[in-house]
Parts: sequence; structure tokens; C-alpha cells
Amino acid sequence: MPIFSTSDDPGSNFPELLRRVGLGPDPMVGASTDVMRELSLPHATTCVALTYADGVVMAGDRRATSGNLISHRTMEKVVEADRYSGVAIAGAAGAAMEMIRLFQLQLEHYEKVEGTALSLEGKANQLSMMVRGNLQAAMMGMVVVPIFGGYDLRRECGRLWDYDATGGRYEERDYVATGSGSLHAGTVIKVGFRPDMSRDDAVNLAARALWEAADADSATGGPDVLRGIYPVVATIDAGGWSRLDDVDLASRYEAIVAEVRSR
Amino acid sequence: MSMPFYVAPEQMMKDRADFARKGIARGRALVAVRYADGIVIVAENASETLRKVSEIYDRIAFAGVGKYNEFDQLRVAGVRAADLKGFQYSRDDVDARSLANSYAQMLGTIFTHEMKPMEVEILVAEVGLEPSGDQMFHILYDGTVVDERDYAAIGGDAEAINARLADTWTDGLDRAAAIALGRTALGGPEREIPDDDLEVADLARTNGRRCFHRLTKDDLGT
Repeated sequence: MPIFSTSDDPGSNFPELLRRVGLGPDPMVGASTDVMRELSLPHATTCVALTYADGVVMAGDRRATSGNLISHRTMEKVVEADRYSGVAIAGAAGAAMEMIRLFQLQLEHYEKVEGTALSLEGKANQLSMMVRGNLQAAMMGMVVVPIFGGYDLRRECGRLWDYDATGGRYEERDYVATGSGSLHAGTVIKVGFRPDMSRDDAVNLAARALWEAADADSATGGPDVLRGIYPVVATIDAGGWSRLDDVDLASRYEAIVAEVRSR
Repeated sequence: MSMPFYVAPEQMMKDRADFARKGIARGRALVAVRYADGIVIVAENASETLRKVSEIYDRIAFAGVGKYNEFDQLRVAGVRAADLKGFQYSRDDVDARSLANSYAQMLGTIFTHEMKPMEVEILVAEVGLEPSGDQMFHILYDGTVVDERDYAAIGGDAEAINARLADTWTDGLDRAAAIALGRTALGGPEREIPDDDLEVADLARTNGRRCFHRLTKDDLGT
């Protein structure tokens, strides 16, 4: 059982606790950009997020690619960080998944040790530090660029942030897209975005954005009716995180298919 | 050179135990009661902010009586141990029994090696996937571990409270009944504990991944 003297207590900082007990991240000795390229590690692709009247919608496709090959069809790039926030990640899948896991743990650890949850701004800041911690790996091609969104309980509104590879943190007012298909997905949202949309409209717009990204970007996966795999779409509002089920998404994509066909 | 006085080990242990017991007896007690969907922990606590009962992990809760700073230190150590184990292995590998053993080791070492023993008694409760998997461990100031099954009382006057629980507890209670039972057991026949002096938390199988849930005054519904 870890016990620390009062002068060097890691407090509620879980990554620091990991370092103290010798479970911190390994330094990347001998890794180079060339080596990383040869390993052809899986990459996660397109995610979008937008605000609506009551909160935020976050959505991401399910595909991970290694070069020109599809390496996973069921990746979950949009995950619940805690009850009132979510994180969507594009970039090197291994590093991204580990970052999400550590981020979720850090939020829960803080909440348990302190007896109260971090503010939404505090969570966004925490993620920024984690992205910065990945800078060495990013310089070797393992870039991780998350989107963070959540419901701010103090300000009573949904808020969004995106990040750059160095941990730069930018709050976005309306929407944000990341990953290889972000140009297409972002354009769809840009054109269709209206302030104070209903939840239903916002979800449809996010689903449509991923559809168009999958249509034009080979690394983004579309709805896979054959296998029953649909994007992850979730909303976060005053009631917390809620993920749409596949039946709901299937009917939304059927509507999109019908609309495209009828043109 | 001054010669230290010889103290027989029996005497030394007894003095330390008396000291710890006196400290614990000064504080208010708490009870844990098993019901159909999990375990409720009912504590007599006048403070709204300094908690006696808290969450350790998905299915594990911690409750402490005695000196606040000492059991809070144990609580944080438990959260750390559980989170580290869950990170290193998996969430399924974190269990109350190994946590209770670590606590016992720590309290035992402090009891014999440090200047003063910890004036605390703690309870580690785990809710199982099925009622048969519910576990409670009562750990004393000297590292003694007691495995409790259906209910437990710790703190001042615990013996009398335990006797009252033994008379009234039955299998398959609902949550409200379990809380009421805990409350009457804590107060005894002469005293009704007001809502403001009650801290209640619930460890329920039905709560999803994180089973721990704090009950507010409204939830008590009295």
C-alpha cells in the first residue's frame, strides 16, 4: 500500500503516482521516425463534435488503418471520460487508447481522493498536459490529437476543446473535426451548423458528416450494414453522457441513404 | 548514560491497545447493513463535509471511525492501491480481501513500530455480482481483521449496536428498511438520530460500474 510523507505526497495526481511507484511511461530509447514508419502502427481516423442547445454531440467512425490496410473495424474512438465529459481521439491508436485510459483514471482518481470532481476546464487542462507529455512520440510520427467535450455544470452549457500535438488547447464555440477525414466532415458541419440546434438535428448532422468523410476519405469507415457496425455517436448534457444505440443509428443512416438515392 | 526503564511486552501492548481503544470510543459509531441489492453504510456524523464513508473502487467502499486525519490517510492509501492495481492488471482484479490484508499489515506495523498506534477502526465493504459475493472486513487499530457477513458495527459502543443488529436483521431487506434498521441500531432505544446527523452511502449492484452512491437528505425520505 503506497504511503508517502506529507512533504512529497503526490496528492490527487495519478500519473505522478504512477511515476513514484515505477509504473510511469518508458522513455522511447532507440525509437526513430524511420523505425516508427516501418512498424506501420494502426491509426485512428475521423472524429467530430459540435454544440447544440443543451450540450455537445461527439461522434467518430470505427475504422483504424495501417497504411493502406484496415486494421480494425470496431474501434471506439469516442469514449466517456467521466459522467459529464467525453473524449474523441484521432492519431496513433496505441498511444491514443493508452492516453484515454490514463485520462479516465485520472478524472476518477481525482474525484475519489478529493471527494469532488474536477471542473470541466480543469479536465480540459489535464488532457492538454497529457498530450504535451506525448510530444516525444509525436515527433516520431505517433501524433495524438484529441477533442474534448463536456457539459459545464457551473456555466450550464456544453463546451468543446481541440488540441494540437504540443498540447495547445483551443476552445471552440460551435464545432470541431479531427483526423484524416476532418476536412470533409468539418465542411459538412460548417455548412449545416445552426446555433441552438435540437439534439436530434445535431446528431443527424454529426452522422451525416461522418458519412461524407467516409465517402471521400479511404481511412474513414462508413456505416457497415453487413456487420452491423455503426459510428459511435454520443451526447453529453445536464443528464450526463448518453450513447446512441445501433438501432437508432441504423434508422438515421437509412434516412441518409434514402435521401442520397432520391436526388 | 540514562537507563531506559524495562517495560514488559505484555504491558506495552496493553497500554497501546488501551490508548487506541479510548480514542476510538470517544467518536460516534457507524454500521454497515447488507440488504437485497447490496450494502448500506449508515454513520452518525454531524459534519456535512468531513466524510466517514467513501468510495474506494467500482464495488468497494471504505468507512472509518476514530481520528479523522488518520483514517482519511488510510482512505487515500486505499484509493491509490486500488487504482494502481486496476491500472496495472484489470478492474476485475481489485478486491476487498487483498485491500483489507494490506490495511491489516499497515495497521499492524504501525501498532508495534510507531510511537503511537492509529486511533482508528475501519471497514472495507465489497458488493458482489450476486448477494452471495457481498463481503465486509472490519479492521482494528492493531491490524486484527474480522470477516463480517450480514452486518457490522464499528466505533464507540459497537458491542451494544451489534447486539441490536443481531436481534433485528433479516435477509432480503430493501434499502429503506436497511437504513431504518441501521439508524435505530445506532441510536438505541432512547435516542432518535436526526437526519442532519446522519451520513448514508449505498453500495448497490444496480448502480452500474461504480456501485458507490451517496444518499442525500431527500433520498432518506423521512
